[in-house]
Amino acid sequence: MIKFVLVQNRQGKTRLSKWYSPYDDDEKVRLRGEVHRLIAPRDQKYQSNFVEFRNDKIVYRRYAGLFFCVCVDSNDNELAYLEAIHLFVEVLDAFFQNVCELDLVFSFYKVYAILDEVFLAGEIEETSKQVVLDRLDYLEKLD
Amino acid sequence: MSGHYNLKALIKAIRSCKTLADERSVIQKESAAVRTSFKEEDSFTRYNNIAKLLYIHMLGYPAHFGQIECLKLVASPRFADKRLGYLGIMLLLDENQEVLTLVTNSLKNDMNHSNMYAVGLALCTFANISSEEMSRDLANEVEKLLGSSNTYIRKKAALCALRIIRRVPDLMDHFVSKAKSLLQDRNHGVLLAGITLITEMCEGDERVCDEFRKATGLLVKHLKNLVTTGYSAEHDVLGITDPFLQVKILRLLRLLGKGDPTASETMNDILAQVATNTDSTKNVGNSILYETVLTVLEIEADSGLRVMAINILGKFLTNRDNNIRYVALNTLNKVVGIDTNAVQRHRNTILDCLRDGDISIRRRALELTYALVNEGNVRVMTRELLSFLEVADNEFKLGMTTQICLGAERFAPNKRWQIDTVLRVLKLAGNYVREEILAAFIRLTCHTPELQFYTAQRLYAALSSDLSQESLTLAAVWIIGEFGDVLLQGGSIDDGEEVKQVNDTDIIDLLQLVLSSPYTNTLIRQFVLTALSKLSVRFAELSTPNQSTNQDRIAEILANFSSNLELEIQQRSVEFGSLLGLRDVKMGVLERMPPPEIRTTMMGTVSERKPVGSTRTDKDTVVDLIGDDITASPNDASSSSSGPSTQDLLADIFGTGSSDLSSPSTTPAPNGQAQTRSAAADIMSLFENTPTSAPTSNQPTSISSPPVQSSSGTGSLFDLVTPSSSASAPAAPPPQLQSQAKQLQTYTAYEKNGLRITLTPKVAPNQPGVIQILARFQATSGESVGSVNFQVAVPKTQQLQMQAMSSTEISSGSTETQQMRIHAPAGASIRLRMRISYTKNGQNVTDQQDFAGFPADLTGSK
Repeated sequence: MIKFVLVQNRQGKTRLSKWYSPYDDDEKVRLRGEVHRLIAPRDQKYQSNFVEFRNDKIVYRRYAGLFFCVCVDSNDNELAYLEAIHLFVEVLDAFFQNVCELDLVFSFYKVYAILDEVFLAGEIEETSKQVVLDRLDYLEKLD
Repeated sequence: MSGHYNLKALIKAIRSCKTLADERSVIQKESAAVRTSFKEEDSFTRYNNIAKLLYIHMLGYPAHFGQIECLKLVASPRFADKRLGYLGIMLLLDENQEVLTLVTNSLKNDMNHSNMYAVGLALCTFANISSEEMSRDLANEVEKLLGSSNTYIRKKAALCALRIIRRVPDLMDHFVSKAKSLLQDRNHGVLLAGITLITEMCEGDERVCDEFRKATGLLVKHLKNLVTTGYSAEHDVLGITDPFLQVKILRLLRLLGKGDPTASETMNDILAQVATNTDSTKNVGNSILYETVLTVLEIEADSGLRVMAINILGKFLTNRDNNIRYVALNTLNKVVGIDTNAVQRHRNTILDCLRDGDISIRRRALELTYALVNEGNVRVMTRELLSFLEVADNEFKLGMTTQICLGAERFAPNKRWQIDTVLRVLKLAGNYVREEILAAFIRLTCHTPELQFYTAQRLYAALSSDLSQESLTLAAVWIIGEFGDVLLQGGSIDDGEEVKQVNDTDIIDLLQLVLSSPYTNTLIRQFVLTALSKLSVRFAELSTPNQSTNQDRIAEILANFSSNLELEIQQRSVEFGSLLGLRDVKMGVLERMPPPEIRTTMMGTVSERKPVGSTRTDKDTVVDLIGDDITASPNDASSSSSGPSTQDLLADIFGTGSSDLSSPSTTPAPNGQAQTRSAAADIMSLFENTPTSAPTSNQPTSISSPPVQSSSGTGSLFDLVTPSSSASAPAAPPPQLQSQAKQLQTYTAYEKNGLRITLTPKVAPNQPGVIQILARFQATSGESVGSVNFQVAVPKTQQLQMQAMSSTEISSGSTETQQMRIHAPAGASIRLRMRISYTKNGQNVTDQQDFAGFPADLTGSK
């Protein structure tokens, strides 16, 4: 199960944070900082995309200047979560037509909506890109 | 005061801030404006305000005053309002907050909403923040929605049910029957959510797990469909159909197959099929393979399938992708305990991973390497680990030194190898060694008299070249102090390398260097002081050439610390100083320690029973007779045993001169000083059973000024220096004396052409199995004998070390000596083959002779 999802840029600014386990506000701030310090200095080429973090592990992937991190249980399948991150990014990319960091900033509420269509309760909810995109288009029209 | 026009304007304003202070002031103003606006209860600006507030919240500023406004927004009939309201609730609230109870009602209403999207929103919010209380309140709604005809609702409801049973496991029964029907669902999203839900149920409850075991066939069918059906655009990821669903099914199969042979049997074929047919060139495929391996290893799979799984991991290890190697090592670590042999096959690949660029891969590989060490491969593995230790990250070193030494202790083929290994560890990473490891090493050395010279010599050399490794320094200082006499007596290590003979001045120089080195610390100083005190006795026993100078130096060094600021050091310095003044006591106190009790270091087996490795590399001892490698060179001789007259030397070698033997030193000193001697008597009582080698008879009144003030001090001294008598030599003075007398008997081994060679064996009580033999050469015919070369060989089971002769020229009337040492197993009889060459009257004589005249019990009984 996913404990939290964080999207941060290289400077450590959090662009998206979603918590599936209860953390209080101080804890959330601490976790953001810790995760950034853990992930940002890692080598893209020579290091794996997994880091032990407390009793869990973080699976992350970098897209341009953004780190997409999910914190999962230590016995979860890292490789599958790596694919899940990619699925989420592909949906973002299709939705915003070539997504960039500013899209996440200005449309942050839409990003949350997209996240809620892909992950729910800390689990993958839908694996078909098309199903998610159709749904999102429809929701857009409702607004 | 009004804030920015809308969210976009606010974001732009914040982004244009140059400093953090600017940003803070913009946000403070905006927060204030939003707050004022909230008070006006303006439902038209509410949407805008909440949007801004959520952005402010995302930047990490307080925004909790908006919680109630979010609830109001949710109550709005507009979908956009509802959506933002729920987003606000998810962001600003978590399950610990009181306000959450107010949300329950809104959620309940919306779960019964006619618009499926409103229902979806409510389910989504519920799934993300539900508390225990809310779970109980809304369990019925969720259960109802699980049966909805709408796939969008069903899959969300399934994950809501998952959240409920995570929070309140008792509610599981509500969902079991509905969950079963989810397994029949054709929609991938619903199936995925359903399987996730069932997995959670099975993990929580064995009974439910049994229930779902019946569905194994169904799951296998689903998996088969995914694997065999061709391309399906909707769920394709790089040529693989819905890898996420495959992974989830495999995971559930693992739970169902665990401990159940029937279920395992059902899934055997499909697992094999997935394992062979999945494309392993991409991460997607590997994620499925990885999950398959985990499942195979956990269920009751047949052995062929298990081997296949381990081989997949082996293949992963050679993958170029770091991630794949990482998971492979992680998994191998988990299975190494069960399937060691299968993992052993990939040993070389694992060792390669020790040099990986990624530290977490190195760490995993290292853990795995430890687990793979066994009797069969300990040499190879230890060599690899040692070479890795040279380049390892510092954070690994402590663990590595411990593991290497423990591995060596458990699996060492012989003690020589074990000592070599620990020595190498001390040299390479002497600053990263646990105290227990150090203690085990010292214990090992004490129990291996055969290798004490070797160890001391090696440590001496290592310490001379490197003072910066703390544990190396401690080990070396202790061993040199304890076995200083062995080191001085010398010997050969027959490693094909030059052994530099060490003399007493060298040792003191080295210890002084240690004290003055920048790396020294309190602990090292304590060790050095203790070592120096012991050495003072060792030197006295051997009566080394520079004896008096060195005794003075030792006293001086000790005295230097008598005003040290460290209490412990000062105390040692003062106590040792006075102890060395007590001539008859110090010999006993500072005698060789009994070997400490054998015990395992932390885990593993007792290793002291291991055979001792030969200090020779490959040569038979008999070959030495013919070979020229023990030819004594006159240069060596001069460094070690020139100086005092032979007679003195003899007396000192045997500790007690033959005259002392007749008056055993156990007799207390004269009674005239009984009262003043009370403190000293206490000391003596500790040793009363020990036939101490102290020559008390020489100076009966030597303790005329007993250190009464040190009665408390001496007490603590014994904490430092364990009395030697307690364990090894129980009270039995008469036989001891007898045997000592026997030891000192001299045997004539050779008498020809005016040359007589006599052998005097001596067995040290604390070193059974080590026989010191003194060979004495005398020219009997009144003419001198020159160029004497005396060579000795012993049977293969024994080992021989020879010193140089005191002089190769034997003039008439004088006696030349040569020391040798034989290590023999208990009960073995000593047989020598001697080859003697010399010149007499200008003629070269070479002679060979066997000698076996020593008493049979010389080496102790079996």
